[in-house]
Amino acid sequence: MTSLHDHCTSQARRQRVLALTPRETLETHWAALGIRAPHRCVRGPETGMAMLRGRMGGTGSAFHLGEMTLTRASVALDDGTPGGGALGHGWVRGRDRRHAELIALVDACARHAAWARRIDLDLIAPLQKALEARHAEASHEAAATRVDFFTLVRGE
Amino acid sequence: MYVAVKGGERAIANAHRLLADRRRGARDQAELEVGQIEEQLRLAVDRVMSEASLYDPELAALAIKQASGDIIEAVFLLRAYRTTLPRLAVSEPLDTGAMRIERRISAAYKDIPGGQILGPTYDYTHRLLDFMLLAEGEAPPPERAERALEACPPLLELLDAEGLIERETDNGCEPADITRDPPDYPVDRATRLQMLARGDEGYLLALGYSTQRGYGRNHPFAGEIRLGHVEVEIFVEEWGEAVCVGEIALSECQMINQFGGSRDAAPQFTRGYGLAFGHSERKAMAMALVDRALRAEELGEEVQGPAQQAEFVLAHADSVEASGFVSHLKLPHYVDFQSELELLRRLRREHDRRECDMGPDAQPEDSL
Repeated sequence: MTSLHDHCTSQARRQRVLALTPRETLETHWAALGIRAPHRCVRGPETGMAMLRGRMGGTGSAFHLGEMTLTRASVALDDGTPGGGALGHGWVRGRDRRHAELIALVDACARHAAWARRIDLDLIAPLQKALEARHAEASHEAAATRVDFFTLVRGE
Repeated sequence: MYVAVKGGERAIANAHRLLADRRRGARDQAELEVGQIEEQLRLAVDRVMSEASLYDPELAALAIKQASGDIIEAVFLLRAYRTTLPRLAVSEPLDTGAMRIERRISAAYKDIPGGQILGPTYDYTHRLLDFMLLAEGEAPPPERAERALEACPPLLELLDAEGLIERETDNGCEPADITRDPPDYPVDRATRLQMLARGDEGYLLALGYSTQRGYGRNHPFAGEIRLGHVEVEIFVEEWGEAVCVGEIALSECQMINQFGGSRDAAPQFTRGYGLAFGHSERKAMAMALVDRALRAEELGEEVQGPAQQAEFVLAHADSVEASGFVSHLKLPHYVDFQSELELLRRLRREHDRRECDMGPDAQPEDSL
């Protein structure tokens, strides 16, 4: 059970980091990793929409806010190669089909135990670090607009 | 009634060619790129996404370019594109509490955990034209604080230990979806919020304003306004879990309004809620005002103002529907108008005949 849970968690973590990474960056890092995995798309890449739900007051019952474009892909690694036949899935906001395919490809390759470690250490970890750095930069910029209140003392 | 009219194909083709020329404008000016619109006219892009009810900044920018900056036309274009796409997923409810904050203020509480974060705002500008923007010159990079933001938890329930403010809890109901089932009045709050979220900003602003001027007064305070990015999660069947597929920018407004209460429930502040794509603060505020106004019946208030009449408000909020129906008046109504002319001529002939019969001094019967 624990191993399944761990697997799911790392899968979700990869999917998140890769979806939040610009495609060009992902493409470069993936190429640098040097994993050659011939594959074919078994579903998509296809672009559609996700209906987004909000909550009344932020915490209450759900309502439909509106839709966003979403692209998904599923790939299978070619038989007779390392990890042959493994399936992978990828989802990404927007209409970038190559981005979805790359996420699916990474997911498929990560089913191959020897590759999973490299993917997590040499691809996901640095991309996650870069993502956190971008978020931190935005946070520092917003923090510069924080109001410092001071009270004017009136009277004698 | 309008009838199909043939002819005019050549005129139409040439009109569209002329439109393309006028859209391009003087050729000694560089052509506007979609990427420039996406980056530099961001608030227009956000408005188009909100009202088209489709989050895709690049396509919204393209729509703005194609529409020569006519925002309502751009909304129409993006809404029409939406119909060509299949629905692949329904998201988990967005967690605005986990928003990466770019702006967060409260006009109700001064000292708040995380502080008042102004972010990129037009507030406090003097609304004087900035002639520097006519000249070339780079904007300086933003100031950078030494420390990052502290956590900015949602305020309303956090700061209300006494229970003076109405709580919002999940009743677990599957929300209605107007894109699948057309609204059947009266409609529930989930349906109202979906319709308001795509409603025209100017229209909602006017209605929200009307409540402040006394047409369904409800004494609002901006309890919390937050802008920033929220991650979108969808449940993936193959994995049996929800995963993040990207993030979107959102504007949220929590309005605190004057009291509701009954024999069973002690008086409490009530709430209105606004949520919109992108940096759409005015829209989120207007939506929150109108959401609260439309809760009049639920809260046992007398319906006094237009903003409290759900069917009136909601049936006219969508600019695509409104401009479609107004614009159809431009379609040929030649036969229709011809028949009205005939009718009018007959009425006038009968009128003249009556006048002759009765003589010049006689009073027509029905004027008594």
